[in-house]
Amino acid sequence: MSLVFNEDQLMLQESARSFCREQAPVAVLRNMRDTKDALGFPKSLWQSMVDLGWAGMAIPEVYGGFEFGYSGLGIVLEETGRTLVPTPLVSTILLSATAINLAGSDAQKTTLLPAIAAGESIVAFALEEGAFHNPAHVSLSAVKTAEGYELNGVKKFVLDAAAADHFVVVARSSGYAGDTNGISLFLLDSKTPGILVQPLSMVDSRSAANVSFDKVNVPAGALLGIEGAGWPALERTLDIGRIGLSAEMLGSIQEVFERTVEYLKQRTQFGVQIGAFQALQHRAALMYSEIELCKSLVRKALSELDRGDDAQDIPALASMCKAKLCEVSALISNEGVQMHGGIGMTDEFDLGFFLKRARVAQQMLGDVLFHRDRYASLRGF
Amino acid sequence: MTDLDSFREDTRAWLEENCPASMRTPAAEDEVVWGGRNAVYKHPDSRIWLDRMAAKGWTCPTWPAEYGGGGLDKAQSLILAEEMQRIGARPPLMSFGISMLGPVLLEMATHEQKLEHIPKIVRGEIRWCQGYSEPGAGSDLAGLGTKAILDGDHYLINGSKIWTSYADKADWIFCLVRTDFEVPKHSGISFILFDMQTPGVSTKPIKLISGNSVFCETFFDDVRVPARNVIGSLNDGWTIAKRLLQHERTMISGFGLSSGRNSRGGLGGSLEQTAMTYRGDTDKLSDPVLRDQIAQFKIDSEAFAFTSQRSAQEAKLSKGPNATSSMLKNYGCELNKRRFELLLQAAGTQALGWESLTADASDFAPEELSVAREWLRSKGNSIEGGTYEVQLNVIAKRVLGLPDMTTMLVKQ
Repeated sequence: MSLVFNEDQLMLQESARSFCREQAPVAVLRNMRDTKDALGFPKSLWQSMVDLGWAGMAIPEVYGGFEFGYSGLGIVLEETGRTLVPTPLVSTILLSATAINLAGSDAQKTTLLPAIAAGESIVAFALEEGAFHNPAHVSLSAVKTAEGYELNGVKKFVLDAAAADHFVVVARSSGYAGDTNGISLFLLDSKTPGILVQPLSMVDSRSAANVSFDKVNVPAGALLGIEGAGWPALERTLDIGRIGLSAEMLGSIQEVFERTVEYLKQRTQFGVQIGAFQALQHRAALMYSEIELCKSLVRKALSELDRGDDAQDIPALASMCKAKLCEVSALISNEGVQMHGGIGMTDEFDLGFFLKRARVAQQMLGDVLFHRDRYASLRGF
Repeated sequence: MTDLDSFREDTRAWLEENCPASMRTPAAEDEVVWGGRNAVYKHPDSRIWLDRMAAKGWTCPTWPAEYGGGGLDKAQSLILAEEMQRIGARPPLMSFGISMLGPVLLEMATHEQKLEHIPKIVRGEIRWCQGYSEPGAGSDLAGLGTKAILDGDHYLINGSKIWTSYADKADWIFCLVRTDFEVPKHSGISFILFDMQTPGVSTKPIKLISGNSVFCETFFDDVRVPARNVIGSLNDGWTIAKRLLQHERTMISGFGLSSGRNSRGGLGGSLEQTAMTYRGDTDKLSDPVLRDQIAQFKIDSEAFAFTSQRSAQEAKLSKGPNATSSMLKNYGCELNKRRFELLLQAAGTQALGWESLTADASDFAPEELSVAREWLRSKGNSIEGGTYEVQLNVIAKRVLGLPDMTTMLVKQ
């Protein structure tokens, strides 16, 4: 299996990079923060990305996608991580579209996947209920009614909820929080009565909200997959999300690292470029080595996903990616600020945006401790 | 069927017929075949296995057939490696000739020099050692002082080397010597080969903290070496020395690869199984901190293995080992060191025995004793082949393009 990009992939990387540099630099995120944008991402910018085919990369052709594969989507995510461009790629493409594709009925797929691929639909993924990623710890209840189900409970930190026309909701139809049995997925219209979206202001300036479900009645057709047996599809969806998010983080750490090395070559103190000092050189060399490991992990996981039904070891690969990227993301974002000195502490300089995004991305879909623990269990110790 | 498919079929059949069953298990440390005039074949089948593989040139599969190598292309050699791995076949021969000297000779030596030395490396007839470090030239290797003075058609060599791995067991040495004393230090070095039986060569093993003596001091006292034994151009030895170091780093980084593998455990199983066994745990390691550290270590090991793969694929696209060799060397060595530190934590005082004082080894089992010795040995990983710190310098300057303070100091 090749861990080196082929020609098509190199071309995609080149075009995604120049698009992000020119159309979606960090200034876009800064502007959204300063204007307190309610939607969470610039709609016209997202439409341009959709026109480039980014929304449909991992969606099957029969449902309006392009099947360019996860390696391709990973390349795009990496480039969006380099400029911190806010997009619904994680919420809608990596998580919701994947869950619909894995668990949905033909009718559900036909209704939503082509709309997602065409940029006409934003689907938020409502999973977390506490301050930490804990996917089995679901207590939002789904009780059977004559027409379908009634949902009651609260979801936290739902990405892009403000812009969403639909939600994928992870609910409990039986058992207790912590059980993997009894988890059911639902796909419902965000305007269904009883849903209240409370926007959050997060440190990374990206869109998230708490969403409460108060006697929300949905028809039986809103069930995504089989009642009580949603866990396998949820796990695979989350693993794909973790790998994709790792790709985004990989882009961010490379960008911070490259900017930092550039600064070490420019900044002069004691009459020399500070990059000549061994105390900084060795730390830079160590960061470089860690980034190389991150690259290999992300490429390996993405190309394994592209093997479809033959893919092996995805849960462990996803946890390896996320654990390692969390660790290195903390290292690089901290060292980036430190090596830039005072200028790295200023809001005017972009570096702070990377530090803030790093911490949110680290928590999202499981932090380093969560994934080392999961990896150890998967490897039998 | 493609050519590669039929190559795979033929290779599989040949291995099936020619690899003795006893050679399809991992070799114990003292069963590894190093070749040479005084080669030791602890397992009798290992000689048969070596001779059969050497006859096909498959000890060095990609080396040209005209010098005794296998003449395989990269795809074929990959298939050979896969087929050997499939049946668990041991490497028939391990040597510095294969991993370090040979690639450099193929690249830089004359046809006559290749004809003289390469076939003997392939067949394991000559065991080589590396004469690089000196008492006064370690990290500053180019500061070496061993002199070679031309005397007719011979050089007269005087000086000494240190940390020469297995010098006491080697037949020939590839050696860095100073041949010009008037020029800057990097410009006056030559790369020369000579027989360790030449009068004036002597070796003295150095006892290490592990109790073993893999390294030697090597002394040269008026050693006469034919001038034609210089490889490459006179005074251009530093170029060859650096090239060879890249191959050496690639070899040493392999320590990290094997240290991540589940099968290789100091104590009858993987690191995590060892930790569980010594704590009486059955399905989950009871110490959460150690469990987290082992998970981190294993994730790094797996990521490192993917990185080695990627680097090999990238090297194929360009040519030869690239700048990542310093990174791989460092990471591999650190992984190996971490592994042994974790193994000590995994097995507690049972991994800290020095020798057994009971007839039935009821105090310390042999594999427990070997953990302590290997742990001590691993400390050398980040010193040999260019220290950890020197590799970081190389990465900073060659890969990241950061300015070089040492040249600034020289200029001032």
